[in-house]
Amino acid sequence: MRELVLDVVVPARASWTGVVKAGQTMRAIDVEGNQAIDFLLYDAHDFVHRYSGADTIASQRNVYLVTGTALLSNEGVAMMTIVNSTCAYHDTIGGTCSREVNAVRYGRHTAHQHACADNFLDAALRLGMEKRDIVANVNFFMNVPVETDGRLGIVDGISAPGLFVDLRAEIDVLVLISNCPQINNPCNGYNPTPIQIQIW
Amino acid sequence: MIVTSWSETLGPGNYLARRLRRDTVLRIEDTEGDACVQLLAFNANNTGERFNPGDTMKIPWQAYIGQGSLILSDMGRVLMTVIDDNSGRHDCICSGSNRKDNDTRYGDGSIGGGAPNARDLLSLAGAKEGLSRSDIGPCLNLFKAVRVAPDGALTLEREPRGGLHVELRAEMNVIVLLANTPHRLDDRATYSATAAVVAGRMETRPLPDPFRAGADERLRLFENTETYASEVM
Repeated sequence: MRELVLDVVVPARASWTGVVKAGQTMRAIDVEGNQAIDFLLYDAHDFVHRYSGADTIASQRNVYLVTGTALLSNEGVAMMTIVNSTCAYHDTIGGTCSREVNAVRYGRHTAHQHACADNFLDAALRLGMEKRDIVANVNFFMNVPVETDGRLGIVDGISAPGLFVDLRAEIDVLVLISNCPQINNPCNGYNPTPIQIQIW
Repeated sequence: MIVTSWSETLGPGNYLARRLRRDTVLRIEDTEGDACVQLLAFNANNTGERFNPGDTMKIPWQAYIGQGSLILSDMGRVLMTVIDDNSGRHDCICSGSNRKDNDTRYGDGSIGGGAPNARDLLSLAGAKEGLSRSDIGPCLNLFKAVRVAPDGALTLEREPRGGLHVELRAEMNVIVLLANTPHRLDDRATYSATAAVVAGRMETRPLPDPFRAGADERLRLFENTETYASEVM
């Protein structure tokens, strides 16, 4: 019987920050389906030691994060392991949305829409970090296929209501989550929705 | 007197840092054909703005870097433009090796050992320009390509091929950090890299600029960068 030490709903467009201790498992649930969760990890005792998407995918020689993937740090240390994912795979090359990039991609009228980069920045600033501490993140439940000629897409179709990912902490980690507010591409089905976070 | 051109050798296992004014062209040559050059770029006037591989790939919807590619910051602006490239093989996905990678593969990945790792070398290069270890994020690899299969699997294109070069034009004042170390997917048992030649020259931007034209996203990136470059530093 699992004893939850945390069970929270993160509203659409909001951020969440918390510590997951070594040995604990965190579950992130895509409650209503098609909701990207932008996700960053820091060593809870040394914020310079942090998640590296490049290390993670180079180590497993595959761009997709799946059950069994170890999320590695910038020093090659396993920070969390995906021990169970009911969504086929997740992205870590697409990065976050930001006001600046929204304006470039979707037109200047989108420059004042809320974005993940601001969620991350707001959370990091409260923890004594700076903008320079925000690095390439995981996008859980986001589908960014790479075609053989290098073309990228952001397409929907792999997540669904209730799908979840379980992450076991290998060291004490600080987790920053931005429940993605993007409304200009299919990563959230054009409709950001709540997610649920559980820790046991 | 202002020096308008310079050239130096970047040997295997070595690093360098340079500050480049807007319009400086950085030329990197892989003369012997087995260099793998790691590159990081920062806005020299505000180093919190730096190379962002995700934006570099997703704004043009293209993971592979080549002739005409824009090296983007996280702020919707262009740090550098690839104005000439005869290699067609670079990597925006895997970043450089760390100490653990090279300790595991070669025995001693420390900066003073036989197989210096990219992350520690770039950290030294950055420190000399006022940057800290937390500034050393994912870098670009030049002259070695990573290709992605339909199932997501990665393969490295690394066959030695001499006479390669790439030229990057600075679109704002930038700090560039370079290292020359084997790609982290290079599975050869020995630390294999040949020297690169790194040269800089001041150039006058052609008008109209052929690299500015393109999709709406590209025009907005250049507009943002031009506006920024015109502001008081």
